[in-house]
Amino acid sequence: MIIDHPLLGPRDAAEFTYLGDATLINRPDPAAPDAADGFYEYLYLRDNPAGEHNELWYHEQGDRAWLVVSRNTLTHEITKVELARDVALRLGRDR
Amino acid sequence: MRYSALKVFTQGLTGNKGWKPVWREPDPKPQYNVIIIGGGGHGLATAYYLAKEFGIQSIAVLEKGWIGSGNIGRNTTIVRSNYLLPGNQPFYEMSMKLWENLEQDFNYNAMVSQRSILNLFHSDSQRDAFVRRANAMMLSGADAELASAEDLRRELPFLDFDNARFPIKGGLFQRRGGTVRHDAVAWGYARGADLRGVDIIQNCEVTGFDIKDGVCTGVQTTKGAIKAGKVAVCVAGSSSRVMAKAGIRLPIESHVLQAFVTEGLKPVLPGVITFGVGHFYVSQSDKGGLVFGGNIDGYNTYAQRGNLPVVEDVAEGGMAIMPMIGRARLLRSWGGLMDMSMDGSPFIDKTHISGLYFNGGWCYGGFKATPASGMCYAHLLARDVPHPHATAFRLDRFKRGYLIDEKGQGAQPNLH
Ligand SMILES: Cc1cc2nc3c(=O)[nH]c(=O)nc-3n(C[C@H](O)[C@H](O)[C@H](O)COP(=O)(O)OP(=O)(O)OC[C@H]3O[C@@H](n4cnc5c(N)ncnc54)[C@H](O)[C@@H]3O)c2cc1C
Repeated sequence: MIIDHPLLGPRDAAEFTYLGDATLINRPDPAAPDAADGFYEYLYLRDNPAGEHNELWYHEQGDRAWLVVSRNTLTHEITKVELARDVALRLGRDR
Repeated sequence: MRYSALKVFTQGLTGNKGWKPVWREPDPKPQYNVIIIGGGGHGLATAYYLAKEFGIQSIAVLEKGWIGSGNIGRNTTIVRSNYLLPGNQPFYEMSMKLWENLEQDFNYNAMVSQRSILNLFHSDSQRDAFVRRANAMMLSGADAELASAEDLRRELPFLDFDNARFPIKGGLFQRRGGTVRHDAVAWGYARGADLRGVDIIQNCEVTGFDIKDGVCTGVQTTKGAIKAGKVAVCVAGSSSRVMAKAGIRLPIESHVLQAFVTEGLKPVLPGVITFGVGHFYVSQSDKGGLVFGGNIDGYNTYAQRGNLPVVEDVAEGGMAIMPMIGRARLLRSWGGLMDMSMDGSPFIDKTHISGLYFNGGWCYGGFKATPASGMCYAHLLARDVPHPHATAFRLDRFKRGYLIDEKGQGAQPNLH
């Protein structure tokens, strides 16, 4: 697989390590009254869809950037690549 | 028809014209006591033991493709009971004991071959860890034997003992471990179940569940609706997709594991050998091909095919312990879907929906578990309490903090 890095252009997926579902960006509020349930779901449960999947890849052998890659889990086709930072900012996180 | 040496002999004399298909191809009935979804090894074993050991009648196995088309026909066929943790090891040793008597039990040649498994170690600390594992194995009633590098030099002279980076310091043997012909396991269980009245319905995909007021009363399939007293999901790599139809999210990701076979060679490998640093395991099939594999590819996928970086990694692992493998030519490679769980251990449990049961999360090691998984799932379905050797495989163990994490990797499925 080739990942089209937003800053560096097309890179071999072997340069990256894989973390998993990009919902891991949305860490639950630890001060919320239902924080224990929130963290259980956040840490352990996954949608694991067959089809479009947004996921976190880390450019370990490159510029150490975290990317959100949209990839089809049935065909391995990559449709979109963004810096995870941009996605997090859009979700209202401060970094 | 019972198979025996006499039968083979008399059939040979009469032109082998008397063999019959070993299971029927029935249409689904409108209703069953138990429906098992997934005609893989675990589903078929569950049906077999439900009928044979627990006397349950009116059972159907619904398989989306043909039986044996999933992981049961794709794995590298290694069986062993060399686990460490209390929640796992007694279960896998129970499975080992069932393997040892399986062919007599279901009257089918599954080529169970206890040709031994050897885990190599390459450092002092790794030897200490293997001594601990060996003790855990023996406590569960399994066999374990520590071999020094000198022992191994006599038995397996072709290993690269003096590898500059990862010298071989010794290994942990389980002599009772070995290999089993994987698709014969599916066929043997299918035949045994069919003989006891189980309907094995192929080309029948489950597309939904009938759930009302928290009770599951049947399934929707490509061959119509079927009612059931109990519905038992057993679909390995498709676990999340199928359970999503019941609105249940699982602690599972689907990954791909690849396997490789070389051209046929004269006998070179007496048993199964595994590398202690990278992920590499190899055995030789009775046809002569070296059968080997390594790590999962490491990203979510349902594609049933992998990518080249892992092929390279596996080949490097092989070259690191037995350089002679570099002379062999690769004949075939393929991939299968792994139901990777968050702690690397499986589930055999009820769900919060009454009448709906779940078996899955077998990661890359569910073949060896096939007999025990079938027996324990059948026990749960028949009696509604877990089998004594499967009490730890609960779906809520993450919430309660009772993980069974053999590798201590945490909630990162691609590292288990
Ligand atoms: C390359 C590879 C190597 C492996 N090596 C080993 C090994 O050496 N030792 C070991 O112990 N384990 C090994 N495994 C793991 C082992 O094969 C699996 O854990 C085990 O086979 C899974 O259980 P199963 O046999 O029931 O799965 P499967 O055979 O995959 O059965 C699941 C079935 O469910 C069916 N299904 C899915 N969705 C539906 C639906 N909606 N309706 C109806 N049916 C459905 C599928 O078609 C499939 O036939 C390996 C796996 C792979 C892929």
